[in-house]
Parts: sequence; C-alpha cells; structure tokens
Amino acid sequence: MKKQSITKATNPGVRFLINYSVPIIFTILIAFAIPLSGLSGEYLVRELMTRLARNSFIILALLIPVMAGMGMNFSIVLGAMAGEIGLIFITDWQIVGMPGILLAMLISTPLAILLGYFGGMVLNRAKGKEMVTGFMLAFLMNGIYQLVVLYGMGNIIPISNSSILLPREYGIRNAISLLEVRQVLDRLVPLKIGGILIPVASFLVIATLCVFIIWFKKTKLGQEIRSVGQDNDVARVLGINVGKTRILSITISTVLACYGQIIFLQNIGTMNTYNSHEQVGVFAIAALLVGGASVSKATIPNVFIGVILFHTMFLVSPRAGKALIGQAQLGEYFRVFVSYGVIAFSLALYAWRKRVEKENERRKAMALKRVLLQSTNTAGGNKF
Amino acid sequence: MKEKIKNIIENVGLPRVIIFFFLVLLFILAPVVGIRLDASINDVIVRFGMNGILVLSLVPMVKSGCGLNFGLQLGIIAGLLGAVTSIELEVTGFAGFFTAIGIAILVAVVLGFLYGTLLNKIKGDEMVVATYVGFSSVSFMCIMWLILPFKSPNMIWPFGGTGLRTTISNQGYWFHVLTDFLQIKIGNHIAFPTGTILFFALLVFLVWIFFRTKTGTAIVAVGSNPEYAKSCGVNVDKIRIISVMLSTIIAAIGIIVYQESFGFVQLYMAPLYMAFPAIAALLLGGASVGKASIINVIIGVFLFQGILTMTPSVINNIIKSDMSESIRIVVSNGMIVYALTRTIRVRS
Repeated sequence: MKKQSITKATNPGVRFLINYSVPIIFTILIAFAIPLSGLSGEYLVRELMTRLARNSFIILALLIPVMAGMGMNFSIVLGAMAGEIGLIFITDWQIVGMPGILLAMLISTPLAILLGYFGGMVLNRAKGKEMVTGFMLAFLMNGIYQLVVLYGMGNIIPISNSSILLPREYGIRNAISLLEVRQVLDRLVPLKIGGILIPVASFLVIATLCVFIIWFKKTKLGQEIRSVGQDNDVARVLGINVGKTRILSITISTVLACYGQIIFLQNIGTMNTYNSHEQVGVFAIAALLVGGASVSKATIPNVFIGVILFHTMFLVSPRAGKALIGQAQLGEYFRVFVSYGVIAFSLALYAWRKRVEKENERRKAMALKRVLLQSTNTAGGNKF
Repeated sequence: MKEKIKNIIENVGLPRVIIFFFLVLLFILAPVVGIRLDASINDVIVRFGMNGILVLSLVPMVKSGCGLNFGLQLGIIAGLLGAVTSIELEVTGFAGFFTAIGIAILVAVVLGFLYGTLLNKIKGDEMVVATYVGFSSVSFMCIMWLILPFKSPNMIWPFGGTGLRTTISNQGYWFHVLTDFLQIKIGNHIAFPTGTILFFALLVFLVWIFFRTKTGTAIVAVGSNPEYAKSCGVNVDKIRIISVMLSTIIAAIGIIVYQESFGFVQLYMAPLYMAFPAIAALLLGGASVGKASIINVIIGVFLFQGILTMTPSVINNIIKSDMSESIRIVVSNGMIVYALTRTIRVRS
C-alpha cells in the first residue's frame, strides 16, 4: 500500500521531490562528478554552449507528440534519416556553405513529411502502445534506409560524386565529410566573447522554434492537439478528427527532427551514414526526461534543463570514472547506463502512477455507487 | 477460390505469407546458384537448436498477459553470469554445462522475481518499460563485467588488464557438449546435432507439462481474463510473477545452449538487441502480442532461422553483395511492428 501514498501525497514539498526526482538525482550526481573529473569551468561552459546549440532543436521536436498524448516520439529517428538523405545529396552535388544547408533542408522536407505521415498512420493503429511501436518502427525504417542508401544509391538513385561512394561503385561510404558545410550556421553571425565562439545564428533558430511552439499551442490546431492529448473521446465529441490530428502531430515532429539532425550534423562536421541517426531518439528522449519532463507533460524549459544536465553528465562521466577506478571505459558505460536507465525509470514511474490513479478513480466510482444504492434503498424504505 | 485465398492471407497475416514464399523461393534458388541444399538444411537445424530455447522462453509471459518479453536480456544476463562463473570454477564437460545452468537459474529466479514485481506495478505498459529495463540492465552489467572480481586467465584481458573480455571462448570447458552428444554424421555436409535438439525437446516437454498443472492453467486464465481469474480466487499478481520468473529462467538456459553451440560467451553490449530476433521469430510462427503456443515457437524458429541462413548465401551469389543484414533487420523488425499494430485492430 506504500505505492498509493505517493500519488496521494498532498504535501507540495513531497510532490515536488517526486515529480522532479530525475533532475534532482542528476544534479546530485553531477555535483559529485564535476570535482572528480577535474575539468575546468571554462571548458565546461564552452562545451555546453556547443551542445545547447547542437542538440536543443531535435529535442524540441519531441514536444508536440507529448501534447497530443502520444508520449515520447521514438520515431523521430525517421526525421533524422530524412535529413541525412538531404545531406547526402548536397554533398553529392557539392553545394557548399549556407545554400547547401538550406537546400538539404528543402530536399528532405517532403521526405520527412512522407515518413511522418506514414509513422503517424502506423502509430494510430497501435493506440496505447505508441512508444514501443515507434521504437520498433525506427528499427524497421533503419533497415529500409540501409537498403536504399547502401544498395540503392549509385545504382537506382544516381550519385555522380564517386568520392562518397563505396569502392564497389554503389552504396554510400560509412562516413561522409561535411567539411564544406561544417558549422556554417554556427558561424553565420560571428561573435566571440572571451575567446568562446557563440553560435548566435543557431541560437536564433532555436529561439524561433520555441516561439513557434508557444504560438502553435494557442492556434486552433494546437488546441485541438491538446484536447486530443487530454481525452480522445472528448475530442471526438467536440468534432475533432482524432486520427488525423495525431498523424499531423507526428508529421510536424518528424519534420522538425529532420531539421534538428541537419543542425546537429553541420556542427559535428562528419556524418556516419549508417549510425548517426541510430541513437538520436534515445539521447533526445533521455535528455528531455532528465530535464524533468514526463510522458504526458513536457515543456520548453524541460528541454534546456535537460540538455544542460544530461550533457554535463556526458562530459564529466568518463573522467570521473577514470578518477574513481582508473578506467575511462567505466564512465563510458556509465553514461550509456544512465541514458537507458533514465528512460526506464521515467517510463516505469509514469506507468505506475497512471495505474494507481486509475485504480483510485475506480475505487471512488465504486464508493459513489454504493452510496447511491444505499440512499435509494433508504428512500424506498421510507415509502412503506 | 479467390475469397478463400484472401481469407487464408487475412488469417495468417500478409507478412508471414510473404516471408514464407520468400523462404520457399530461396530454397528453390539455392541449387540453381550452386549451394548444397542438404548443407543448408543442416545449418538451419543447427541454428534451430541454438535459438529455439530463447524463443520458447517468451511463451509463459505472453500466456500470462504480460506481452512480448522485450526484457529478455535479464534472462540472458543470468545465463551469462552462470556461464562465466562455471568457467571461473574450471568445471568442464557436461558438469560445467550444468553448473552454468544451475547458477544461471539461481540468478534468474532473483532477477525474474524483481522484474515480475516491477511489471505488476505497471500493468498495461509492460512492453515499453521492459525494453528499457532490458537495455539499462545490459549497460549496468557492462560496468559489472569490468569490476567483478573474476580471475581466470582465460576470461580477463591479458597483460594485467582488469575486467572480463568482450568475447570469452568456452572451448575446453563445455563447447559443443550438447551438439556432439549422439551426433549423427552423414557424409561431409550433414552433422545432425541430436543432443541440442533433444535438450530443446526436453524443455518443450517440461513447459508443455507445466501448462497442464494447476499453476500453468492459472497462468493461462490470468492471461485471457484477469478479472475472471481474480473472481475465481487466483492471485493474479503472484501468477504473473511466476510466469515472468519462468520466462527469465528459460531465457537463461537458452543463452547457455546458444553459447554452447556458438563457442563463445559474448559479454558487454552483445546482448543489447537479442530480444528482438527472438520476438520476431515467435511472431513469425503465428503468435501475437496476446497469444502464443509451442507450435508457434517451432514454426517461427524454423522460418526465421531459414531466412537468416539462406539469404546471405543465396542473395550473395545472385547479386554479389551482402544484403542479408539489412534484410534481416527489415524482416525481424517489420514483423514486430506488424504484430504491435495488429492486436489493437482486433480488439477494437
């Protein structure tokens, strides 16, 4: 019966501790790990700046499906793949600099819309199991991506630049250098403070997306998505096409993830053709959850808190591991464990509370029914 | 006639029909491109013995309504601990094999109990949580493999390194003890692994018997209608925990049999994705999220391992490039996505 005390706890302090248990645990871990790692404050700030500019966009792409009640969208990987296909083409055509990035976005947009629509349709068929289905869908599409890029490109899809092809003359190489478009967005507006480059343009793009999301929530469509997220049946009664709204929210998320992946890769400067997208979903979702989001509620502050906490952990854990038992490998494994563990913990906590709440509601309904029955019985007795 | 075919496809499921005909096509093409059919079929049987028990381990949880066991890795971890400990203790031959299984079962009982207790708290969301419980426990064990105090020079990194190696050979311990047991050799190409198949048959028989006992029937009752089972006085939570423990134990045995045949104990990230092929095989055999039987296991493992064995050799010979890995990814994950989207439609 201990479990019920958790959702029943009305003490705001206790509630806060439970709701934000993940970020709190993370803050404590980091507080121990930073001194152990011996990394300087300046280094951490510079790295975090880069990572905020690099990772925030794709995590913001997760917010809209959460609003629609579809949980964490593990199928953002599909969007990432679309973005990578765009990057493959601009590398092939050797279009450099900012025009290259814009063209990559342009090429991959229709593909992302298509994949998002498909993903939404699949998830609609798996209501209540969206997350695990989205996750498996990402794996499935990874196989199809491999078939297209590893066997189709240079074969069926014409690729003229042989330097990105495998020696056998079809199929894209494992790694593509994006040197020509490297950090063009980050360095578009050159600004240095104390020797640290501030990626102004990237932050502007991210800020624009934040404003868009805030605005979008208030539009009619945004309201519809939110009411679908709260209750499918009520939304249906209101005359909202639930299926279509859900597909739309996944499509928007996929397109945003596609842009997010392009922003991410232009910062990194190289693309692992077959691996870059694989962990996108896991890391984005773990970061969002670390920021205090839950499966049913995620906000813009969650994104930024998440990036900062999660990536500080990423930065310090290998060196902390080395300081602790003399092996950097330990820290590597530790951060993988933390990424998966955070997701497991948050999902379990959410599912558990959902169940307890349902149980409480049922109990309340039963009690109400009993009271009603009693009152009708006594009323009946008075007649005679 | 057309209606009839349509009905059959509807009942069996289109992906299964496609995969079945794909496999038939591969077998027809094999002799054409110069691949020995008898050797191929023998390979399929060997792989059947390797993977059968892992797939069988999924059945109890499906039957009790816990869904597909995406947390299969927990059982695998128990098996790995058993295997590594038996090598550390230097027990060889059948004794080593059964020592490994014995220790693995002990660990699996504990892990299964904890895992089952967790799954009881999150009824309805078992699969997604189980996936990440599986992933996080694999990565947690990565840390453990580094720091657990194993000493055997055959397992730790040479030259004063600490921690276990990523792959540990079980040759000289219990490599092929089952495979070589009563092995039937015909010519150069056929070596029927009698022992492995017999061991699989034994486990299948035990599971079959178990589902005819009182507890076994209770598991089926809980899976098909928990409310009804509850009203009959069945302790639903307890029965679910039993089914999860059973699944975990069989998975632990399954991975040891796999390693026995394969020759290596693979640690660290190797078990990470091992749940998916097993699940795909079960689904391919006709199971769904809420229903699975032993027949599904046998058909599924044959079809799935058939595809895995035949695609590399046949396709490579035809188009001179190895597409098998991508095809495997599409087939196994496609099957899982299909099953996940399918059940909901039936229910609604």
